[in-house]
Amino acid sequence: MASASRRRLTAAARQVAGVAFTLFGLLVVTFIIGRVIPIDPVLAVVGDRASPETYAAAKAAMGLDRSLAVQFGLYFQGILGGDFGTSVVTTRPVADDIARYFPATMELATVAILIGIALGVPAGVLAASRRGRWPDHLVRVVSLLGYSTPAFWLGMIVLLVFYATLGWAAGPGRIDVYYVDIVTPVTGLLLLDAALDGEWEILRNALSHLALPALVLGGFSVAYIARMTRSLMVEQLGQEYVLAARAKGMSEARVVWRHALANAAVPLVTVVALSYGALLEGSVLTETVFAWPGLGSYLTNSLLNADMNAVLGSTLVIGVVFLSLNLVADLLYTLLDPRVS
Amino acid sequence: MSKSRHLIFVLALLAAIGPAAAGTPRSVFVMAKALDDLVSLDPAEVFEFSGAEVIANLYQRLFRGNVDDPGSPIGEVVESWQVSDDGRTFTFTVRDGLRFPGGRPIEAADAVFSLRRVVVLNKAPSFILTQLGLTAETVESQIQGLDARRFQLSLDRAYAPSLVLNVLSAGIASVVDRQAVAGPDWLRSHAAGSGPFTLKRWEPGEYLLLDANPDYAGGKAVLKRVVLRDIREPSTQRLLLETGDIDAARNLGPDQIAALAGDDEIRVLTVPRARLLYMALNQRHPQLGRPEVRLALRQLIDYEAIAATLLAGRASAHQAFLPRGFFAALEERPFAYRPDQASAILAEAGLADGFSVAMDVRSDPVMMLVAQAIQASMAEAGVAIEILPGTGKQVLTRYRARRHDIFIGQWGPDYLDPHTNASTFARNPDNGDDARERTLAWRNGWEIPELTALAEQAVLERDTGRRAEIYGELQRRVQADSPFIVLFQENELIALAAGVQGFAAGLTSDQTLYHGIRK
Repeated sequence: MASASRRRLTAAARQVAGVAFTLFGLLVVTFIIGRVIPIDPVLAVVGDRASPETYAAAKAAMGLDRSLAVQFGLYFQGILGGDFGTSVVTTRPVADDIARYFPATMELATVAILIGIALGVPAGVLAASRRGRWPDHLVRVVSLLGYSTPAFWLGMIVLLVFYATLGWAAGPGRIDVYYVDIVTPVTGLLLLDAALDGEWEILRNALSHLALPALVLGGFSVAYIARMTRSLMVEQLGQEYVLAARAKGMSEARVVWRHALANAAVPLVTVVALSYGALLEGSVLTETVFAWPGLGSYLTNSLLNADMNAVLGSTLVIGVVFLSLNLVADLLYTLLDPRVS
Repeated sequence: MSKSRHLIFVLALLAAIGPAAAGTPRSVFVMAKALDDLVSLDPAEVFEFSGAEVIANLYQRLFRGNVDDPGSPIGEVVESWQVSDDGRTFTFTVRDGLRFPGGRPIEAADAVFSLRRVVVLNKAPSFILTQLGLTAETVESQIQGLDARRFQLSLDRAYAPSLVLNVLSAGIASVVDRQAVAGPDWLRSHAAGSGPFTLKRWEPGEYLLLDANPDYAGGKAVLKRVVLRDIREPSTQRLLLETGDIDAARNLGPDQIAALAGDDEIRVLTVPRARLLYMALNQRHPQLGRPEVRLALRQLIDYEAIAATLLAGRASAHQAFLPRGFFAALEERPFAYRPDQASAILAEAGLADGFSVAMDVRSDPVMMLVAQAIQASMAEAGVAIEILPGTGKQVLTRYRARRHDIFIGQWGPDYLDPHTNASTFARNPDNGDDARERTLAWRNGWEIPELTALAEQAVLERDTGRRAEIYGELQRRVQADSPFIVLFQENELIALAAGVQGFAAGLTSDQTLYHGIRK
């Protein structure tokens, strides 16, 4: 008993150490990339015209006059104390910036992945169970289209049709400007905050703004999840237990949806988790078309300005998101598959 | 469910959520603009286009640039001024009856506080003031209040009065309410001015809300609120404008503008701006440093064709370093596309087969189009240009380190005096690698002691007519032979809903004023 719990402890400790090591490696690599890109970060702060005195003062304030090792040491020390430094582009603490932009991305990604699961899994199951017949072809063609359509183009078309022409959904932005500053920000997730405040009109407006970008991003997840579900299901449907179940006279729906899907669910969780992780990185193109103030545009803008504190902070957040999702997927394995303990 | 049922379900869901109300309220003006350059609202720090425009609407300044007569700025907070006999001391009297929101009168102490702050904080635009000899150590004695309405500015030399007044019409001369400022960073995201608008709220990456200031001396604006929405994608801006969700779009590309041509609901305002598009030839390059080559290259650019077709209204041909509309600007355009003459000059210089050279270009669609057109026309005389695209900051980093061959980029003035451009295009006090002052002439390794002296002389010339002559001469000489080939002067195309009146825009960003807008 004692040795079993010690083993579990050791395993947990090893996992934590692995996570810490991964994050540290991520920081080091990003830091080095940030220092070798051929952009002068001081330019982003003082611009092209500043006097030599102003330039030197800004450079010193950013710590860029010290050695690389010292710079990294100071940065790392800050991180341990919860200080991600200040963004040179926005002049605000990086932590504040991320707290501002990440919830917007999270809201969008969560709705998108829900759409992806709701449509992608049934489509994949359908394609696998009607393999080689028209539903399979249809799902394949639609998935291929979904994969290969540029997000930017699709975004514009969706806006043109559903917003400008039909008027079914609200346009770019997170909310109409007439509604801003009414809801109390608690979580940063506008839908949730509006619901908490009981501001149903604002919730409706925010949903209307969210619908189109979520649909575009969700469309890409649908394509990916449907393809993966199909191949996982095809594998399961070829197993002997499926044959046995059919031989016992079990209905086809029960075979497919209860038995085969339950077995495909374990690897599918990883697929969904990775897909969600990718959405949480923020989709620059979708965010740009829909003027969505998310992490993707923040990260890109920071990178173009060599704003390394912002880039490092965002990268770290994305790293943590991926690791957490992996952890959640691992936990779900134990729930979905009794053999995993 | 089949795929088509899914689609119907989603469409039905969208229909249930419903659209937002189209059209903007009459008292609110909504404008889409790429606000990625808006990082601070502090007049001591603002140095980018969007910020300059916003603070021009939030603050009153000591002087305002004069659109009709760029040589003589108009007093805004300042009612009258005197210059001492030695030309080094300026005494200003603050206009009576000006108030900050809430009713406190503007005093000389507010002006003194605002100017000293710029020098002490030492942010990007501080050089505009410090070039007049103001330093953080001595600013307390150099800028002093005399009484409630008068203050004094003591300079190290007798600068041309028009230069001093023009400097005091820049954003750094915005008058800040000294009692409202809470800490050195507070003004980055707050405002304490007496301009036509007050800052209601700024949500970076999303929007900026400005409310009409009821206490504004020039009368309350017709509009109650101005909303700037941060929309970076031009096609999204166009869609919002066509749908009626915004009243103005500020960043439409040539194709969007062309597509709007037949739309009766939208009109496009063409505003000449003071920004120049120019090419710079690094004089340390063995070929580019030769006067024959500089002359030949000037005749290998089809200025008119690029302006008319590629830039389609976004720029006009212009060949002097002072933009049209500036005091003493030169309008002559001696150079045109003459490939035969250029080839002859190159052949005479022993370059009949041409030569190869690299060109750093910001990878923005319009800049790339211009660069490619120049690449094609220069190839006619055997000059092979390799285009090196990069992000704005990347290209600028190389340019500032003198690592370019040819650079093509933009230059906008920092204030409304000719010195702002002359000091950088025609001045290079020290061409050494560790020079303190790194002007555009320095970046291109152009050693010009004589021109530098002439540019310095213009700064101290108190006779305005004579001053104009000096700038005329400087421009002619830079135009005739220098590393700089000024190509175009830019126009901003502003798309407005047809009902919008009174949108004021001038040569510089800070002449874009919302006060008179009506719908």
